[in-house]
Amino acid sequence: MPEKPTEEIESVAIRFTGDSGDGMQLTGTKFTESTALAGNDLATLPDYPAEIRAPTGTLAGVSGFQIHFSSHDIRTPADHPDVLVSFNPAALRANVEDVRPGGMVILNIDAFTEKALTRAGYTEDPLPALRDRFQLVEIPFTKLNRAALADLDLRSRDADRSKNFFALGMLYWLYNRPMEPTLRWLEGKFKGDVLEANARVLKAGHAFGETTETLPRSFVIPRAKIAPGHYRNITGNTALAWGIVAASQVFDQEVFLGAYPITPASEVLHEVSRYRHFGVKTFQAEDEIAAISSAIGASFAGSLGVCTTSGPGLVLKQEALGLAIMAELPLVVVNVQRAGPSTGMPTKVEQADLLNALYGRNSDSPVPVIAAATAGDCFGTTLEAFRLAVKYMTPVVMLSDSYLANSAEPWQIPDVASLGQERAPFATDPESFQPYSRDPETLARPWATPGTAGLEHRIGGLAKQDGTGNVSYDAKNNAHMHALRHEKVARIANEIPPTEVLGPDRGELLVVGWGSTQGAILSACIEAREDGQNVSNIHLRYLNPLPPDLGEVLARFDKVLVPELNLGQLSLLIRSQFLIDAKSLSKVEGQPFLVEELRAEIDAMLGLET
Amino acid sequence: MAQAVQITQKDFSSDQDVRWCPGCGDYSILANVQRVMPELGVRRENFVFVSGIGCSSRFPYYMNTYGFHTIHGRAPSIATGIKCARPELSVWVVTGDGDGMSIGGNHLLHTIRRNVDIQILLFNNRVYGLTKGQYSPTSRVGMNTKSSPEGSIDYPIQPLAFALGAGATFVARTVDVDAPHLQETLRRAHEHRGTAFVEILQNCHVFNDDEWIEVEDRKQRIDAGMKVVDGAPLVYGSEGARRGIRIEDGVPSVIELADGQDPVAAGVAVHRERYETPAYAFALASLARPEFPLPTGVFRAIENPSYEALLSAQVASARVQRGKGDLEALLSSGDTWTVEA
Ligand code: SF4
Repeated sequence: MPEKPTEEIESVAIRFTGDSGDGMQLTGTKFTESTALAGNDLATLPDYPAEIRAPTGTLAGVSGFQIHFSSHDIRTPADHPDVLVSFNPAALRANVEDVRPGGMVILNIDAFTEKALTRAGYTEDPLPALRDRFQLVEIPFTKLNRAALADLDLRSRDADRSKNFFALGMLYWLYNRPMEPTLRWLEGKFKGDVLEANARVLKAGHAFGETTETLPRSFVIPRAKIAPGHYRNITGNTALAWGIVAASQVFDQEVFLGAYPITPASEVLHEVSRYRHFGVKTFQAEDEIAAISSAIGASFAGSLGVCTTSGPGLVLKQEALGLAIMAELPLVVVNVQRAGPSTGMPTKVEQADLLNALYGRNSDSPVPVIAAATAGDCFGTTLEAFRLAVKYMTPVVMLSDSYLANSAEPWQIPDVASLGQERAPFATDPESFQPYSRDPETLARPWATPGTAGLEHRIGGLAKQDGTGNVSYDAKNNAHMHALRHEKVARIANEIPPTEVLGPDRGELLVVGWGSTQGAILSACIEAREDGQNVSNIHLRYLNPLPPDLGEVLARFDKVLVPELNLGQLSLLIRSQFLIDAKSLSKVEGQPFLVEELRAEIDAMLGLET
Repeated sequence: MAQAVQITQKDFSSDQDVRWCPGCGDYSILANVQRVMPELGVRRENFVFVSGIGCSSRFPYYMNTYGFHTIHGRAPSIATGIKCARPELSVWVVTGDGDGMSIGGNHLLHTIRRNVDIQILLFNNRVYGLTKGQYSPTSRVGMNTKSSPEGSIDYPIQPLAFALGAGATFVARTVDVDAPHLQETLRRAHEHRGTAFVEILQNCHVFNDDEWIEVEDRKQRIDAGMKVVDGAPLVYGSEGARRGIRIEDGVPSVIELADGQDPVAAGVAVHRERYETPAYAFALASLARPEFPLPTGVFRAIENPSYEALLSAQVASARVQRGKGDLEALLSSGDTWTVEA
């Protein structure tokens, strides 16, 4: 059999779609792992319903996983997939309009029965019309998969479970990905007939690609030229969990994680729970309040207390967070934000808890807030949160979101030595000890833990006398303590590095972003600059305090645009703090920004026709 | 560990002025706690008192130990974190009927269920004191307060039955002014491994005065109270009016005892702290005035591994099985690849 020709392309975005029971997340994850090992840069976007099993064949039950991979730098999962793989009509209907014109649409044609079309809401066969707009590849995955397994003693329902792996094998051939990582994973995960079935159909799918006339050529995406180093693939939640585990090593101190299950933060609890041998204790609390309270207790006792949650959970934690602010104890509160309000769309993205993190408590109760920008960045940002918490004796809110939580990217594995060694400055000397004395530089109070003789003291939520920490209702003292707490957090600004302006350092338009929008903003701004537009951009990791040079940077630009997945929260802060007419671009659709949406707004602000 | 210098009750009082109302039962509880502390063989720096919000929750400020006056109802959760982080500490929660049974009911339930090795002292005065006199979850039906001018229509919760329902391994009741009994109960609570839940009947002189007078007053106590002792029959009453409690099919009843009559032979139940099921202790917890005497003492004390001990054991066994965590190995686990310069 003559080898089919290959064609070299720069990048491709594939979206796998099917019922939530079709294994799309797994298929996408395996394709991602293989792609990472093939040396491409990549970004992924899992998108799935909150229901564990929505009614089969309906639009509500469609689950999708998009991967964008390339031989050059990429930062987003791509606005429009080049290839859509749909396992049923509902998946097709929910996704096909996103596909780039002329793109490839691969269908499990066995699933396109009249009944299934009706369930998906099609009143007539959509395929004839789609054939004019896209390159339709109609493959009987179910039949081919059953045939490959004919001699195994499997019921057809069980056999059908592996059809996603048949398709995966075919796509491995189509994009010249290695099968070995997936085969290795199967061997570790299954045995007996299930292992045999999955491994066999993966190879059968690959062989089918090689021979079928439907696919005349395969594609090669050369390795990306990325910075030399040791890499792995990582999702935001894994990076976050590993950041928590790493804190126990960097500080050489026990970590205590109190958490209550909540989408999309639960995986952090799951992951951290696996590493007890690092001296990491996890506690699944009875509710969000107990989760943070237990972490505060652990911090008081000298552990690194941390709690992980999502928006609704942060709201429940706010009273206890206020206590940690008053008691001035180190604590990390992680909020993996999701779309709201209320229960909202638990599996979809939003970055709308910024103001809640900053101001969602009674009275003036300042807390440092930092945000991760990419999946891999969740690791370093988590460690930074611990560092600030211990150095300044304060709770710190660390923001991630459901996009970062579930999306994957290649991550350069940091050298453990480069993470440094920190030492919590525990108080031990009874002579000089006062519970609310201050470090002159950071204004931190001493961390005196139970078990230390001579340092017995009481703390609590009642107003504190400066120095002694005794309960005080003195008016002037109260104002003074407010000022101290405020100043302590404000001083963190001293260690924020200078704001890095990408593009001209002064000019017409500055785009200001924070959190998970970094990839899309960066792509849009780089493209705009390549088109000769006068656009610069900055991305904020520190939201409270803001970088000390921010006002000066903003002033160097005629216009400021603040894109956010909320109704304009950072933009509100910037407008009020710097008295400038910053413009908000908001999106609250539960989905990340598309690059084209940002470009359109940039064009509009520059007065260009779009 | 032996103390270099003998510590006394005085070493446990802090420099803060005690600010409860004159006549409040909390004074007596504080004095007795301070009295017992030096006897427990724990270094002062290893005691931690944690409280929520309410009159009783001022307690930690007056103890010269480590203390944390936290937020309403959450003390059991904060104490859980302290104990898990540092199992060697002796952790005491001080709470009230509002703090513990109302806003903090959920935390109390789950802390008891997990059997975290801490002592929980619930001061039950059947009223909200600090907020000035509203009915509480333990107030009697019909109680007239500012928030129930026509009488409370809430059925009260019985703290000991609540604790037993949560699977408590140690449940006891004592009285604020009964010093020897209170001290003995505190000692027993401290000895217990696991959550020791102690209800202390406490007088709120201002908003619910004499709620427990029948067991606070030495004379009335004889006929209105019943101290239960492991292995002894459930008898009470003054000379010539001795009575006992029979419990049949879970239903308690009072038996009049003649002079010199053997209570056990007469069918009086024998108190045991370690019955296999909590049914007997439930029956005891249901005894209420005026039909029955109000029992005090240790209702139930059984053994079960405590939460923080199990957690520490998991850490230790993970270390034995997998060695001390190696961060470099973790970060490089699974599929990785190298990009050459
Ligand atoms: S209000 Fe009642 S419980 Fe509170 S301090 Fe006064 S007497 Fe004691």
